[in-house]
Parts: sequence; structure tokens; C-alpha cells
Amino acid sequence: MTPNYLSLLHALLPEASLVLGALVVLGFDLIVGRRHDLAQRTVYATVLGLLAVAAAVYHSYDARLDGEVFGGVFILDSLALATRVGVLLLTALTLALLPGVTRVKQPAEYVAIVLLATTGFTLMAIAQQLLVAFLALELASLSLYILAGFDRSRPESAEAALKYFLLGGISAAFLLFGFSLLYGLTGSIALPEIARQLSVQAMSPLLLAAVLMTVVAFGFKAAAAPFHLWAPDVYQGAPPTSAALIASGSKLAGLVMFTRLLWSGVGPSAGSVATFDVVPGWVPAVALAAVASLLIGNLGAIAQTNVRRLLAYSAIAHAGVLLLGVIVAGKFGPAALVYYAGTYGLATVGAFGVVAVLDAAGVGGSFADLAGLRQRSPLLAFCLVVFLLSLAGIPPLAGFFGKFAVFTAALKLNGLASWAGWLSIFAIAMSAVGLYYYLLVLKNAVVIPGRPDAAPIKVPVAAATALLLATALLLLLGLFPSVVLRAVS
Amino acid sequence: MNALPWTIYVSFAGAALALLAGNRAASVARTVALATALAGLALALVAAAAFKPGPGLQTLVDVPWIAEFGIRYHLAVDGISLTLIVLTGIAATAGVLFSWNIKERTGEFFALYLALIGGVYGVFLSADAFVFFVYYEIAIVPKYFLIAIWGSTNREYGAMKLVLYSFAGSALVLAGLLWAYAASGANSFAVADLAAAGAQLSPGVQQGIFALVFTGFAVLAGMFPFHTWAPTGHVAAPTAASMLLAGVVMKLGAYGCLRVALPLFPAGFVYWQPVIATLAIAGILYAGCIALVQEDFKFVIGYSSVSHMGFVILGLAAANSQAVGGAVLQMFSHGIIAGLLFAVVGRMVYERTHTRQFSDLRKLPLHKTMPFAALTFVLAGLASMGMPGFSGFPAELTILIGTWKTAPLWAGFAGFGILIAAAFTLRAVQVSFFGSTEPAGPAPAAPHDPHPDFEPITWPEKAGALLLIATTVYIGLKPDVLLDWITPALRSPLFQAVLKGGQL
Amino acid sequence: MNAPLLSLIVLVPIAGAALLGLLRQAQPGTVRSLSLGLSLSTLAFGLFALRHFDPAVVGPQFVERHRWMGALNVHYFLGLDGMSLLLVLLTGIVSPLALIASWRIPQNPRLFAALFLGLQGAALGVFLALDFVHWFLFWELSLVPAFFLIKLWGGPGAGRAAYQFFVYTMGGSAFLLVGFAALFVATGTLDFLQLAQLARDGTLAAKLGPVGSPAATFVFLGVLLGLAVKVPLWPFHTWLPSAYAEAPTPVSMFLTGVMSKMGVYGFLRLLWPIFPAQLHAIATPLLWLALAGVVLGAYAALRQTDLKRMIAYSSLNHLSYCLLALFAVASASGPKPSADAAVSALSGALLQVFNHGLSAAALFYAVGLLEDRSGGRRGIADFGGVRTAAPIFAGLTGIALFSSLGLPGLNGFVGEFLIFRGVFGLAPWAAAVACFGLLATAIFLLTFWQRVFHGPQAGATLAGFPDIRGIEYAVFVPLVALMIILGLLPQLLAGLVNPLVSAWAGQLVLP
Repeated sequence: MTPNYLSLLHALLPEASLVLGALVVLGFDLIVGRRHDLAQRTVYATVLGLLAVAAAVYHSYDARLDGEVFGGVFILDSLALATRVGVLLLTALTLALLPGVTRVKQPAEYVAIVLLATTGFTLMAIAQQLLVAFLALELASLSLYILAGFDRSRPESAEAALKYFLLGGISAAFLLFGFSLLYGLTGSIALPEIARQLSVQAMSPLLLAAVLMTVVAFGFKAAAAPFHLWAPDVYQGAPPTSAALIASGSKLAGLVMFTRLLWSGVGPSAGSVATFDVVPGWVPAVALAAVASLLIGNLGAIAQTNVRRLLAYSAIAHAGVLLLGVIVAGKFGPAALVYYAGTYGLATVGAFGVVAVLDAAGVGGSFADLAGLRQRSPLLAFCLVVFLLSLAGIPPLAGFFGKFAVFTAALKLNGLASWAGWLSIFAIAMSAVGLYYYLLVLKNAVVIPGRPDAAPIKVPVAAATALLLATALLLLLGLFPSVVLRAVS
Repeated sequence: MNALPWTIYVSFAGAALALLAGNRAASVARTVALATALAGLALALVAAAAFKPGPGLQTLVDVPWIAEFGIRYHLAVDGISLTLIVLTGIAATAGVLFSWNIKERTGEFFALYLALIGGVYGVFLSADAFVFFVYYEIAIVPKYFLIAIWGSTNREYGAMKLVLYSFAGSALVLAGLLWAYAASGANSFAVADLAAAGAQLSPGVQQGIFALVFTGFAVLAGMFPFHTWAPTGHVAAPTAASMLLAGVVMKLGAYGCLRVALPLFPAGFVYWQPVIATLAIAGILYAGCIALVQEDFKFVIGYSSVSHMGFVILGLAAANSQAVGGAVLQMFSHGIIAGLLFAVVGRMVYERTHTRQFSDLRKLPLHKTMPFAALTFVLAGLASMGMPGFSGFPAELTILIGTWKTAPLWAGFAGFGILIAAAFTLRAVQVSFFGSTEPAGPAPAAPHDPHPDFEPITWPEKAGALLLIATTVYIGLKPDVLLDWITPALRSPLFQAVLKGGQL
Repeated sequence: MNAPLLSLIVLVPIAGAALLGLLRQAQPGTVRSLSLGLSLSTLAFGLFALRHFDPAVVGPQFVERHRWMGALNVHYFLGLDGMSLLLVLLTGIVSPLALIASWRIPQNPRLFAALFLGLQGAALGVFLALDFVHWFLFWELSLVPAFFLIKLWGGPGAGRAAYQFFVYTMGGSAFLLVGFAALFVATGTLDFLQLAQLARDGTLAAKLGPVGSPAATFVFLGVLLGLAVKVPLWPFHTWLPSAYAEAPTPVSMFLTGVMSKMGVYGFLRLLWPIFPAQLHAIATPLLWLALAGVVLGAYAALRQTDLKRMIAYSSLNHLSYCLLALFAVASASGPKPSADAAVSALSGALLQVFNHGLSAAALFYAVGLLEDRSGGRRGIADFGGVRTAAPIFAGLTGIALFSSLGLPGLNGFVGEFLIFRGVFGLAPWAAAVACFGLLATAIFLLTFWQRVFHGPQAGATLAGFPDIRGIEYAVFVPLVALMIILGLLPQLLAGLVNPLVSAWAGQLVLP
């Protein structure tokens, strides 16, 4: 192991840009911000944040895909690149929602913490070692706890942050415990080495415990049942932009990190659900979580009357499909998973963006409050239709192809002669349920007329741009999914 | 010929234009919609004029789309799809004409309407199962909004039920197609490739996949017992949407059964054939009997659609070239006739009398106050009951011939179906329009005096009705026009694998 | 001969109907003369055809045959033989007279005339078309104008009656259709003549299955049902009394005069030639049904107090004679049955078809006149002593009644005599039973005559009962004149059909 600091620096330039950006945002606000009102300070912070993200994107592309960096601590492969660009894009969209929309009183701090969280995400995307992975995850998680509680004017926000923090802390403990067991069993924290060691070890109770603890932490991160309990409260209580980030960038990065961890690290102990004879390992556990998520997410969503809680349950339901994507990533690669998580993130950021704009305009969060949205803001109504239909999986929007790719892969494992196959059939069936509750929202937004005296809702330019960009991306990626698939594989 | 894909694109472009134009003025949106629908029809007719019937699909576009999954954007046409494309063109044009009076959110209405049409054209032109499915789903969502926003009775319930049934059906189709794709190991979604690979699968798997795909499509075709969305949806929908639903969208399901389900798994089909035929017959008879006792005018027509689509499914189940040819002809014929029936009920009668209850209509001498509507409905009713001289007759006769060839008993039951259809159609005719005929006696009202309360029938209504009537009579007298397209198409190897012993 | 004579016969009334439909502003007078002219065209063309008709030829003449629907091997196929000619002439006579009888109808004469011409054209199409699809087109199409004529211009129960009439007939037709679909599967043709040929040479039985096989039986029963409803054969007659009674007079005239003949025609053109063996197999039960029609029809008529219903039941009775003759011929078996008897029965049936057309039309008209003059009453008890009030009317009606009764010297006698002669030779017991019907017929017709025209003036007659006048002569006199002429010179008609009937009798397939 010969550390090459230059290549390390080069590989981590995106993260460096983000951290630097965070500092600049804070400093600029400190120096210049005093002379300006809140709205302008928000704009400055946002613009600087976006510049930092742009720089990070540039450096991500600039970094060569030369595989392992710094003795295998990091890995720069196509998956890493695609994930980095993906989370950066999602962050940029989230940031663009801030000006004129957010109620946050300290915009610079908010943007800085978003950038730090993003740093955590991009590190998660390239981590190939338990310790770095854990640190990256914690960086992201801590930032997100703060973001969840940032709106000090509303007690729900604090409640959300606390809930998120407590459950997140427990899951971090699980993860750390799992990691230490893995280290103990294999004597290494590098994923390739762990895999090598495990491939000659039989499944032991200790190993199973280690693997299951990792899965628990993963389930928490992905908001998969039965570790989903935080999601509805956090999604509802946190500021909408924070919720957007939690549901999108964080999810994409977490999935990629855990997929890498589980397959290229603990892969030999994966077990299998590719037949009806289950081989014990983490895959059956993930499969169970997927079933539970699909069931709880979809059925729970039906009962919701609040848009944000609905999005939370929809996130749980989507986590079910994402877990299925993790299962199939071992055989068919993570392309479908990244596509699904990325486009899901786009649609969710968009949906929360609409929620944020509505929130800023004083519109409540229940379905009934959406009535007449079409008259009050055709743009928001149109975007909401696109986002929710993409979440429901209607072609030609990207959500459809994501489902298609994951289900196809799951069925390719062994047709219907496997639990995986039936799991995907179950997921397909559940998607029909999904359309129902998305249409309930859309019914209120588009079909039911509002009060005639309801004032039009003004959408700030940046938010409008972000929403339209997300809409266009959902359509384009849906029409040309190969762009993403090719970038990952 | 190669202009056919433009039917899709023109429709989507028209949808966008109509949406924009709707912000300016309703009349512009209307004109855009009519121009778009006419352009689609013109493209279809021009292509039809240049069409040379033959076995197999004639490729229009074939480019790689999603290489990772072997998906190609492959559009192609044969006699069957051409028949249905012409139907779509006609139904779309008539639908626009019958929605000329939509005042609320006109631009959005026509945008959704044309988007639906575009999806329908896409389904009929797709040769790749994935492309097929994508267009199929695109056609689902606009229906919800069309019904929920512009519909009538119980519209939100009807719309949701319809969309969820459709979507559940398409979920079954998706599951089946993916299973087939995964199990066959073929890296292609072309129906021929899937079929070739599927033939290698074990019989049990073939039966399973066939059941999924066929059931999925049959939901949309209104096959008993999955038909319950159809009457409520049709009744709730605004006129143009009911016309399209019954006229074209139900055909999507039947077309999917024919184009995808049957050729894909002939072995699976053979296993399920008696079940399908039984359900088809049950649908014909059950829906007919229900139609006979309905008190809501539109429900009668809604159930009659289910009953008539039963004939289509029966034709498919009989699986020889006469029966299937007849089924395609019936799809065309029913598309036109159902459009006409819904137009009369929804547009001409309901929007003037504001009631669809027979008990109310019985009191109105509608044949005197709306002679044109009465005449149109009588003609449509005759066509619907399979009178010779209208397109329903050659279709039903061909289906009967084909069905008899496969199983005489089925044909016998179908005969009952025709009888019931005559009974409920006639009941509707006589109760709705001729409910209060004055007995012969003095003081007759001058028959052509328009009733003061009802606005006269407008020119778009007349134009639309004439278009549909002319089509059904033309095809009734010259079914060869369509059969000469359809029959050669059925000689393609894909269909021959499933159609046994049919020589026309 | 180059002009498509038969197409003209069929299409002129139909085109006329369309023309009337378009002439929105036409005055009633214009409508009347125009429709009468169009209706008379049938008679003119029919007489022209008669002049050029060669009775010696058995097959169809004036044939027009063009490819129509290739996929179903359907042809536009018209042809005329003696039987068709007879019916075309009957239509040509009854239709204009019925149309004249309709001139009293105040409501919407234009629509009435249009529907009536459409009905006339459809009936003619049925009598001339020789390809199933072509024939079925007119067979079904004839229902539509009839339905509306009954429904819109009929009496108080007309809606129900019209619905019943339509659905019953459609019900029969649906099975007829299934039957022919099966025939097409077996033979690939829908041409009546070819099908008959295939039946004769045994191909049909080979392809469809032998007599008694389920498929063949089903097909046969389907076709039988379709035709039996139309004639009607007892017990499928229940639509008939109310439809005839509720229809307005001119329509009743046409229904009984022409339309009821479509069923008999169908039996002779379709069922017997195509399914001779099957018909033979169940001819005896059918013979019982026909007898039931003869006897029960007559007794039912006897029980009626409504004159129109009485005449309606008498139609059932008279048409059942035709079927009786046919079934007797079909049932005949054993060593070489008397061909003479068969010829006699069949020509009797054809003559009966024509004669009943005339007499029943006249009787319905007579009842219609009674109804007119009494303000809508038509109970047998509502009248009395009409003869004193309206002697000419009474005389003319009397001739029609006696023609219907079968008095020698009038036309009705010839047909019934020939039928009885034939049936005695073929199935004596049936003829014996049918005599009961004959007796009851005599009783109810004489009751009609006696109660209405004789005795003291009563009921409606008291308040001044005008005699027949003006245009009414134009309807009544030609009918009565024909009854007398054809009664005295039956060979005028018999000559047209004799060669045909002899040929049929010669071809009898007997096991």
C-alpha cells in the first residue's frame, strides 16, 4: 500500500469543492450578508451553493475512472461517477428550490449544511472501505438531522429532527457493531479483502449477525419496512427542501453504498432467493424487507390524507422495489438500481418542490387543500401530474422504465421458479395500488375546482426552472433510458 | 405508407397545440383538434389506399431504442392494424365533432383527447411488445381526467374504477410479458422472437404466462367477469370519451389479445381456449340480459358494448381465420356503431333533455322533437342488432361461421346473444324515442316542429352522425374492403401457429 | 331483357321510399300520387315479367348474379320462377290497394308512405333473392318498416304488439342465421340453388352430418324456427293476433296479404329443398302442428269478439293449410306415393297463398271500414243490420267472406280443394282432422256475416251508416273482381306454377 496523495486529492476534488463551497457560502454571508435582506441572502447562498455543486460535477467528470484510489480506500468506477453526478444533480435541484420559497431564517447555514450532506453522499458513492463508508454515512446523516430540524418556527420540525436522530443513531450503532464483527471475522476493513476472506468461510451465526446488523442499518437508511417508522413524521415535519434531500440524494447515495458494501464486500454471504430453496444470507433478509415495504408502503399510503405523509409512504413502497433492485444488482449490475433510485429521486425532489412552493404560499398539506391547484397555478399542477405519474410508473415517464428494468432483472434470475420472481410479480401488482393513491392526489389538484376567490400562486423563477428541469429530465430519461444504463455499466 | 407513424406524432403535437390554444380561445382549440383528427384520418386513408395486403407486418420504422434490453422502436402495419387505424381516425374525428359544445377547459379536454388518440394509434402500429405496452399505458391516464373532469353521473368513481381496472390489467400484461422475456432468454421484445423462444418453455409455464397476458388484455376488452368497469366508466364519461372508450379503447384490449397473447403462446392458448369461449359467451348473454332491464339509457349502451365485445372474444377463442377475421371486423364495426349510439345518447339526447332515465324519456315524444336524433338512433340500433346492410351483420355472420367450425355449440349460444341484442336494442329504441306515440287520432302535432325547449341538432352533430352511418353502411354492403386486408394478414406464420384450419 | 328487371322491381319502391324521405316539403297530395305510382311499378314490372315469362322453364329466369362479398362467397343474386312471380304479382296487387286504403290516415302521410314503400321493396327482395345473405338482408329489413308502421300508427296496444312482433321474428332469424353459418362452413356457399343441388346429391349430408346427427339437427331446427315464427306455425303464432289487430288497416292488409307469405315462401324455397330428408324425418309431428294451426286457429277465431282479431286468427288458420300441404308432401313415404296427390297439394298451397292474400286483405279492409264508420269500434256486438244501411259494402264484404270460406266459384275454393285432395292422398287422417278446422272456419265467418250484416240495426249502425263510397271502391272492387275471375279461371295462376310443382313432385326425395 503506497499512498499516493496526489491521486487522492485529484479523486476527492469534488468533495473538496463542496466543502470549500460551504465555507465560502458561510463567509460570504458573514461579510456581505449583513447589508442585505433575507431574500437576497438566500439568493446569494443558493447561487454560491450551485456554483460549488457545478464545480463538483466538473471535477467528478474530470477525475479519471482509474479504479481504486489510495490503496483501495476509494474506488472511481462508472457507478461512482454516475452516483456522484446523480446526487449532485439532485442537490442542485433542491438548492434551486430555496429562493423565494424556503422559510429558513439562516439561508447560508442551511446551504452550507446541504453541501456538507452532499459531500457525505459523494463520499458514500466512492467508498470502498468500511471505515470511510461509515464516516461518509455519518457525515451525511448528521447533516440531515440538522436539516430536518432547521425550521425552528415549527415544533414539528424539531420533533422530526429528534425522531430522525434517535432512530438514526440506533441504526448507526447497529452498523458499527456489524462492521466490527465483520472486521473481527475477516481481519480487514477493505471490501475486496473482506470478500476474499468470506468466500472461504462458511456461514456462521456470528457472520449472520454481522450481516443482519448491516441490513438493519441499510433498511433504516432506505426507509424500508420494518425500519420505516421515522419516515412519515420526518417527511411531514422537516422543511420540504430537507425532506426532498432526505428522500432523493440521500437515498441514491445510501443505496449505492450499501449495494457496493453488500455485494463486493459481503457478497459471498449473500445467500439466495433465486429458487424456492432459500440460501441463508443477507439477500433473504433484504427480500423480506422488500415485501414488507411494498405491503406497508402501498397499503399505508391509501389511508393518507396529507401529501407529505403520502410521499413518505410512497417512499417506503419504492424502497421495496429498490431493495429488489439491490438483490438483482449482484447478477445484472447496479444500472437498473441507479436508474430507479435516480429517477425516483428526481420525481420526489419535484414533488417536494411543489409541496415547498405551496407551503410558502400558505397552502395546507392535506389533499383537500390542493383543490383548484390547476386554476391557481397551471405550472405546479402540470409538474405535480408528471412527478406523481412517474412515481406511479406510467410510461413514457422515467418511473416506468425504472420499474421495468428492475422487474425484468428479478424475473431473469430464475423466472417464476424463485421467490425473487414472485416478489417482482407482487411488486407489479402493488404498482396498480400505487396508481390509486397518486390519482387521489391528482384528483384534488386537477379535477376538483377550487374556491372561485382563490388567488393565483406565484412560483419563483428558480423553483419553476428546477421543477421544469426535473419534469423534462423525467420525460427524457424515460424516453432514452440508455443514457443512464450505459453510464453505469 | 411510411407516413403512418405520423398519425401518432400528429396527434401528440395536436394535443400540445390544443392545450396552448385553449388558453386563447375555445374555438381555436376545437379547430386544432378537428384538424388533427382529420389529419390522422387522412394519413390513415392515404396509407390504406397504397396498402398492399399480405401476410406479415410491413415495417414502417425500426430503430434500436434501449439496446440493453434489446428493445427496438419498431412500428409496422398489416391489414389488421390498418383496419383499426382507420377506425381510430374515424372515431376520433366523430368524437371531436360530438364534443364541439365543450365549453369548460376546452383546450385541456382536447389535449387529453388527442393524447389518448395518439396512444391508441401507437398501440395499433407497434410491432415490438415493449413499444406496444408503452403506448398502451399512455392511453390509460388521459381517460381518468377526461372522465373525472368532464363526465357526468358518478364520474370520479367511474373514472377511478376504469383506470384502476385498466392499470391492473396492464400490470398483468406487464408481468406476463416480463416473465416471457425473462424465461425465454431472448434479448428482444419482438413478438416473433418472444414467440420463438416461448415455444421452448414447458407447457405449464406457457399456460401461466398466457393466462396473465390474455387476462390483462381481456380486462380492457371488457371480458366477463372483468367487464364491470365498462358500464360505469361509459356512463360517467363525457360523450366523446364514451365514444372513444367503447369505440376504440376496448379494441386495444382485444387487439392486444390477438396481436400479443395468442401468437406468443399458442400452446397456452389451446389450454385456455374453452375457458375463454365460455367466458365470452357468458359475457354476451349476461351483459345482454342486464342491458334488457336497465333503466338508464346509457347503461343499456354500456352493457351492449360488453355484449358485443363478447362476440369479438368469442371470435378470437374460436381461432380460425374466419372467426378471427370476423372478430376484427366486429371490432371495427362495433367501434363505429358504439360511437354512434353514445353520440346519440350522450350528446343529442342527454345534453338537451338532461335525463337518461327511461321513465323520463318515455314521457317525451322525442321522435317528434328530435327527428334527426331518432333516425340516427334507429339506424345505429339496427346496425347494433346485426341487421344486414350494416357492418355488424357481416362481422357477426363471419364470427358465427368461424365459431361453428370450431365448436357448433358456441355458435348456438351466440345465436341467443344475437336475439337478446335485438331485444334490448329495440327496447331502448322504442322506450327512448318512441315512448309516447299518440294513438291514431285527431290533432297530430306537425312532426317536424322542433320542440321549443330543445336546441336543434347542430351541424357538427349531423356531420359526425353522417360520417359514422356512412361508414357502417359502406362496410355493411362491402365488407370485402376490410376483409381483403384482414384475411391475408392472418396468413402470417405467427397467426398460423395459433389459427387452425381456416381457409377463407 | 337487358334491363335488370328484377333489380328494378326491388329497388324502385326502396328508392321511392328514400325519395319520399328527402322530399320534406311535399304536399300530401303529391305524396299520395307519387307513392301510389311507385307502388304500382311493381304490378307493371310484374305484368311485364309475366309476358316474357316462360312457364315451362323450371329454374329461375331473368337472373342477375354478381359477385358481392368475396370473403363469404356471397353474390348479388336475383331470379324469378313461377312461385316468385306469383308472389310478385300478389305484392303488386295488394300494396297499391293498401296504400290507397291509407289515404285516410291523417298523421304524417309522407313518412307512412316512405315506410310502406320500404316494406314493399323488402318483401319483393325476399321473393326474388336467391343468395342467403341477399335474401336475409330483405328478410330482416322488412321488419323495420313494419315495426314502425305498427308502432306509430297502430292502436293503443301497438307498442307492445310491435315489440313482440319484432323480437319474435328476430329470435327466429338469429337461429336461421346460425343455421346458415353452419351451412356455409359445410359447403362454402350460401346460394339457395347450389345448396339445394348439394342436398339432392347427398354432399350436404356428407359434410354436415347425416340426418339425426346433432349438428345437422341443430341447423335444421334453427332454420325451421326462423321460418316457423314468420308464417307462423302453431305454437309460434302468439305474436300474430295482437300485431295484426293493433296495426292500422292498410298495414294489416299488407302484413297478412304479403308478409305472412314470406314464411311460406321460405319453407318452399329454403327448408324443403335444402333439408328434404330432415323435413321428412319430422314431418309427422310438424303435420300435427299445422293441423293444430288449422283447427285451433279456427276455433280461436270463433271465440273472438273483436272482428280484427277474428280475421287475424283466420289468417293463422288459412296459412296453416299451406303448411299442412307441404308437410303432408314431405311426410309422404312408402312405395311411390301418388305424384298426383303431391302436385295437387303443392299447387293448392301456392294458390292458397295467392288467394288468401286477396281475401284476407279485403276482409281487413272491410273491418277497417267498419271501424272508421263506427268511431273505432270493432266488436262483433257493436254492429247489426249493416246490410240494410250499406248494401253495396255488405255485398262486397260478403264475397270476400265467402271467398275466404272457400265457396266454389270464388278463388278461395280452388286452393283449399286442391290442398284437401292432395292431403287425402298423402295423409288421409290429417285431412280428416283438418275438416274440423274447415267446419269452424265456416261457422265463424258465417257468424261474422250474420251478426254484422243481418238482423236489426244495432250499435254503431243506428246513427246513420254511409255506404261504400269514392276511393273505397278503388280498393275493394279490384280485390273482389280478382276473387271472382280467379275463382272462375283458376288456370290463369295454376298455369304459372304447374311445371314448377310437377318438377318438385318429381324430385321428391323419398327414402
